[in-house]
Amino acid sequence: MDLLNALVALLNFVVVPATAYGAQLALGALGVTLIYGILRFSNFAHGDTMAFGAMVTVLFTWLFQSWGIGFGPLPTALLALPIGILGCIGLLLLTDRMVYRFYRAQKAKPVILVIVSMGVMFIMNGIVRFIIGPGDQRFADGERFIISVRDFREMTGLREGLALKTTQGITVITAVIVVALLFWFLNRTRTGKSMRAYSDNEDLALLSGINPERVVMVTWIIVAALATIAGVLYGLDKTFKPFTYFMLLLPIFASAIVGGLGNPLGAIAGGFVIAFSEVTITYAWKKVLVYLMPEPLEPDGLVQLLSTDYKFAVSFSILLIVLIFKPTGLFRGKSV
Amino acid sequence: MKKLLMATAATALVAGGAFAEDVKLGVILGFTGPIESITPHMGDGAELAMKEVTDSGNFLGGSSVESVRADSTCIDSGAATSAAERLITSDGVKGIMGADCSGVTGAILQNVALPNGVVMVSPSATSPGLTHAENEDNGLFFRTAPSDARQGVIVTNVLQDRGFNEVAITYTNNDYGKGLADAIEAEFEAAGGTVTTVAAHEDGKADYSAEVGALASAGGEVLVVAGYVDQGGNGIVRAALDTGAFDTFYFPDGMVGEKLNEDFGAELNGSFGAHPGTDSEGAEIYAGMASEAGFDGTSAFSPESYDAAALMMLAMQAAGSTDPAEYKTHIMDVANAPGEVIFPGELGKALQIIADGGDIDYEGASAVDLIGSGESAGNYREIEFVDGKYETAGYR
Repeated sequence: MDLLNALVALLNFVVVPATAYGAQLALGALGVTLIYGILRFSNFAHGDTMAFGAMVTVLFTWLFQSWGIGFGPLPTALLALPIGILGCIGLLLLTDRMVYRFYRAQKAKPVILVIVSMGVMFIMNGIVRFIIGPGDQRFADGERFIISVRDFREMTGLREGLALKTTQGITVITAVIVVALLFWFLNRTRTGKSMRAYSDNEDLALLSGINPERVVMVTWIIVAALATIAGVLYGLDKTFKPFTYFMLLLPIFASAIVGGLGNPLGAIAGGFVIAFSEVTITYAWKKVLVYLMPEPLEPDGLVQLLSTDYKFAVSFSILLIVLIFKPTGLFRGKSV
Repeated sequence: MKKLLMATAATALVAGGAFAEDVKLGVILGFTGPIESITPHMGDGAELAMKEVTDSGNFLGGSSVESVRADSTCIDSGAATSAAERLITSDGVKGIMGADCSGVTGAILQNVALPNGVVMVSPSATSPGLTHAENEDNGLFFRTAPSDARQGVIVTNVLQDRGFNEVAITYTNNDYGKGLADAIEAEFEAAGGTVTTVAAHEDGKADYSAEVGALASAGGEVLVVAGYVDQGGNGIVRAALDTGAFDTFYFPDGMVGEKLNEDFGAELNGSFGAHPGTDSEGAEIYAGMASEAGFDGTSAFSPESYDAAALMMLAMQAAGSTDPAEYKTHIMDVANAPGEVIFPGELGKALQIIADGGDIDYEGASAVDLIGSGESAGNYREIEFVDGKYETAGYR
């Protein structure tokens, strides 16, 4: 019984939240890694792209809610998601036309593009705050829990409860579907193959007749979809606040770099590595250990390696360790 | 011609100043930031007192009082300091009703009020660190809210009267949160209780599941959330309820607000808390006056704000001057016995009594009684959640 209690406490406080968080990071990191692989620069505006896509979705969710349109037990935001993606695609294509195309034509160095993307980041930052304001916005509706703590305790008779939020379930399922679609697209379709060819060797790809502008456009469209989905899932699961998306930039980049920049599989693995490290290192293990250890060995302290304030320090440390010992990342991406 | 114009203008200015004065009082509160949902009721409270004094016509030979609002942001000391600087140097206020949160209040006091010699009366800064036992404030700082050292005692009494002896504490990582958490921990342990952990949380994060995980590990029957209702405190409660880590909470003053009813409702049934408040006659009168004026007079710190503004104006009347250096010594006199007891809505009468040379004991909306270096002795309203909203459970 104690073993079960320990397992449930571990699931409730570590495994479930870290899995949902990992899926959100993975989707964000996929966008970063695609841009790095194909357009060859680190896009600092990615966090705010997520915020923009999520914002459009939030606005349309409110519209749907005011019309009385719901999605049953699922959040209405899922219905508004396609519109959010369209809005985000519009924004990214516009930015590409107005900003990035100019630098591409100049064959600007990646480091210049990085700085350019920071400028874009600040502008998007401002646009989002201007339209929806800097505060918290609530847009989640529908059933809150798949299993709530109380139901779980009643069902199993255990002391510990397990909560599984609807948003956590949706996050993981959506992430799996999106990743499957992305890999199918990259590996099986003509456009996907041309993108990979362009990523591997730009000159060779141009010689074989691939239209670079088309590759760039398709990349932005996919990135917009990924960013919006990641942004909406994060907002649904936690809360929508423009500033938090800016803060997400660090763990997202850490995920992409740990997995190997430019490698989609690495981005996913990196997302989960970062999420699980952040949660397990800052978790206080006392509760789990008390169930597992014989009484005389039970810990007095919290058995917490780092205070939760240092969550971001964990991402930073992993980033440093990877860059020092394996600069190409776990899955052999491009070196930074 | 030019000289003539200037001379006329100068005469007009002098003439304007010589008769009924237009006294300006600063109202510096966090109209944006973590307690932005309660500050409008506080500002309205202070302005209600000013309007009452102006309308009575008894103030310093018919002078009127005007409010100048400024934003303390509650958390950004730099912004608060420059806002207060502007109030004094450019608007020429004679006293400051504010600030609200302890950190910015301390910053304004040190950087602006002390150097400029302006009186500050805070309605809501409760950090024990602001108590000036050695007159470090030159007698310029007062508060109509009690120090958190007192709140520590209240929290302990409420918890133990309800039979809870083991609590976990989480606090918002700033002067207010730290001061309050320390006070609660010290008092609760001194009274024989167990505090399993005292952990900070940062405001403005999207997700508090990690913080709650650590608190859950430490355990405890009740979670004391010494945070802000519009910020991290709210997130902590959400995450604690979702993960089933705690289902009973204690809410200190910064957490008691309508938002709890809106966001959580019945999920909080059985939780409780306390914030400064009183069942005195004054509180009731004030609530009536406030609803007539179109705001909520039972909102946290709104009565204290009315009293803070009223005290300054009554002291000015007693000193016969708007000079802070002169009226600062009169604040304690008008606030405490002896004298005729004054309730909200009776400011005109009080001004008349003072003008006639009489004594008053300002009771006001929050049963003001200033002790020590000029802070309220403190009355608390205990609340508990029944059927999805909080109700008054008693007064202490």
